[in-house]
Amino acid sequence: MTYTKFVEIGRVAFVAFGPEQGKLIAIVDIIDQNRVLADGPNFRRQALNLKTLYLTKFTIRIQHSARAASVKAAWAKAEIDKKWAESGWAKRLAAKKARTSLSDFDRFKLMKAKQTRNRLIALEVGKLRIKTRKANAVAKKSGAKKTGKK
Amino acid sequence: MGPKVKSPRTTPINQEVKSSGVMRLSHGRMFHKRGLWLVEKWKKQNEKKPEDRKPKKSTRMVTKEVKGDKNGKTRTVRVNRFPRFYPTEDRPRKLRTNKKTFSQHKHSLRPSITPGTVLILVAGRHAGKRVVFLKQLATGLLLVTGPFKLNGCPLRRINQNYVIATSTKIDISKVNVPENLNDAFFNRVRAARRQAKSGEAGAEIFQQKKEEYKVTEERKSAQLEVDKQLLNAIRTSSSADRKLLVPYLKKKFSLSNKQYPHEMKF
Repeated sequence: MTYTKFVEIGRVAFVAFGPEQGKLIAIVDIIDQNRVLADGPNFRRQALNLKTLYLTKFTIRIQHSARAASVKAAWAKAEIDKKWAESGWAKRLAAKKARTSLSDFDRFKLMKAKQTRNRLIALEVGKLRIKTRKANAVAKKSGAKKTGKK
Repeated sequence: MGPKVKSPRTTPINQEVKSSGVMRLSHGRMFHKRGLWLVEKWKKQNEKKPEDRKPKKSTRMVTKEVKGDKNGKTRTVRVNRFPRFYPTEDRPRKLRTNKKTFSQHKHSLRPSITPGTVLILVAGRHAGKRVVFLKQLATGLLLVTGPFKLNGCPLRRINQNYVIATSTKIDISKVNVPENLNDAFFNRVRAARRQAKSGEAGAEIFQQKKEEYKVTEERKSAQLEVDKQLLNAIRTSSSADRKLLVPYLKKKFSLSNKQYPHEMKF
């Protein structure tokens, strides 16, 4: 397998830690091996260490050192916010956030909901099991008759 | 260039003078520097109410009529006479202290705990149970109840340190907590010791039965009264999950894998 995601101008990345944690940015310029110039909508242009950036599969079409306005326009044109929201990565993050923000009573309600769901599943599985058992018994009987005739 | 914007101050106004333990500015100087008297909130807090004002001193002197023609008719006399005798030696007297007795202490309550809050007990016999907070008593302890019918936790006092406050609240504005439910209500009743008769001293030690604890009728009736109202409040509460509130209170709190209480929201 070859690499598919590169540190390149226009690459959209997720800030994993640091003061800007949780934000989505685009790489505007590459300063050196460790740092890039990052910008994006609702993000103040600044240099970020590459270690803090997790690359996404998305890119936007910009020139290097593009101005903030053109970055914003390219971001909107590529529909990054929409695509990001639809990605599994963003969904997982949202789910994690929802889970941590549950109150004690919410956790209890979740537990109850899970119980009812599992009960339904167990019921259906039981029905299927009985079905297969019966089918197996019929098959055995017919098999036994055959051997008896011989 | 636009108008000069004053950047917010990063260093404290008042600082210690060369680690001498003395602050550069006194309390009074800081008061003026901070300009608190201009802040509405401060004004409100420090507003002098009419009842706070000291009553005016009654007049010390009174003019009295004096009988007799040659006595000038009136004379100004002191209301309280000076003592006739003065002690020759200094009397021992108590020094002033600012110490406050326990009953005068201020008891604060965590803002997350309000009447009707569901609490998780973390210590004591009923640890782990989810209970309902009723009110704070004069000693600062919290009055809680299970309700007893749901999880077996009776009317009880507990220190707020041994409690986790959840964000779940039950509207108990209609619940009337009986007046007799105060700190004295929970005082332990001890059986009076029987005096050993002379001659058989110590003989009774082994015969004396330990009196078993019995719940008094007073407590039972109070429990019934509160529980009835509280259960009614739960049943008629406006929240959509009121049906789940009963099993919620019945269930004990526990932690499962990868649940860290300091990182969790309650």
